Amino acid sequence: MVGAGLIVIGAGIGLGKIGGSAMDAIARQPEATGKIQTAGIIFAALLEGIAFAALFAT
Amino acid sequence: MRKENIFKILLAGLFVLVSLNLNAQEAQEETSGKIDTKSGVKEFVDHHLKDSHYFNFFSDGEKGEHYGIALPVIIWDQGLKVFSASKFHHGEELVELDGNYYKLYHSKIYKTGPEGIIEYGENHFPTNEKPLDFSITKNVTAMIFVALLMFLMFWALAKNYQKRSIPTGFSRFLEPLVLFIRDDIAKENIGSNYKKYMSFLLTVFFFILILNLLGLTPFGINVTGNIAVTFGLALITFIIVQFSANKQYWKHIFWMPGVPIPMKIVLMPIEVLGILTKPFALMIRLFANMMAGHVVVMSLLGLIFVFQNWIASPTFFGFTIFISLIELLVAFLQAYIFTLLSALYIGMAIEVHDDHGDDVPVI
Repeated sequence: MVGAGLIVIGAGIGLGKIGGSAMDAIARQPEATGKIQTAGIIFAALLEGIAFAALFAT
Repeated sequence: MRKENIFKILLAGLFVLVSLNLNAQEAQEETSGKIDTKSGVKEFVDHHLKDSHYFNFFSDGEKGEHYGIALPVIIWDQGLKVFSASKFHHGEELVELDGNYYKLYHSKIYKTGPEGIIEYGENHFPTNEKPLDFSITKNVTAMIFVALLMFLMFWALAKNYQKRSIPTGFSRFLEPLVLFIRDDIAKENIGSNYKKYMSFLLTVFFFILILNLLGLTPFGINVTGNIAVTFGLALITFIIVQFSANKQYWKHIFWMPGVPIPMKIVLMPIEVLGILTKPFALMIRLFANMMAGHVVVMSLLGLIFVFQNWIASPTFFGFTIFISLIELLVAFLQAYIFTLLSALYIGMAIEVHDDHGDDVPVI
């Protein structure tokens, strides 16, 4: 159970960093919002994959 | 005005989807107090998540009746044996065929003696012999159905293109998706040779998408949440990547150019492992996302019936709708990610770099 909590913390921090840098990038260059969103979603899905796999293993 | 109507229709459709899920549970709730509800809920959840030899539409807990279609069981046990799954009577009866006795236990078929005893080894796993099981189970039926559906959809799309340049009807929905895969996934990542791989990418995308969406319906069809299915898809990606790889790809794995020799030797096992872990991650990602989503939705649905009071049940109902919406997004997203990563790996395998130069850079 503690493991599950740690996994979610890890996923949360990772996604937070991705979101944060995505926001910064959009602020710098609003025309590239579409590409940044796409890239952000891709990284989020990769991260969620690891998180779910680990959640399943516990 | 029209946008509002469309939004309302979509919302109504979503409510219907979730409430149909709820109807499937009702029969079991009536019979019991709290303890029975919990085991009834567990049974409901298991039925939705696991594969089974019986396509169950709904069951009546009181009478013990199940309404559905019994699927054929095809096993190989020194000879091909085919019979209907209704002979198993949901795991209660022993089937006798040519002197062998078969018992259905937790949706797997075991060979037993005449009394039908399942022997347990360590960790409570049955140690009976299992015949090779090629049955047409619920998952296989769903996959065949999806294959037929996809064939019909795309055949209609192709015929539509033969008559006119802008398609009409249902093909109008498919065209942007196909173009999206062609432009943003295939051309970007594979480059100029993309036409060879388009059929694979399109197939994988729509197969996973339709199967994911089917998993959200109330029939308990959980195909992409089955690790064997995702293993098959990842295996196909792996085979395509390895067989279409060119010499540069293999050179980069075994003897990475442009790097000092000790590094080359260190990098080699890592890169070799990388060949295996990338499709493995594809498999785990799709399986875990789908399975986790289904478990959460089913558990929340069950919680509505475990807590039977005025405050908790509506909030869980609200949660369930919210999570179902997220599941819809995840269905599309996972199909897109699988396709994108497959295209990326194929692109990396057939890419022709400009020359790195084999020299170590001099600083």
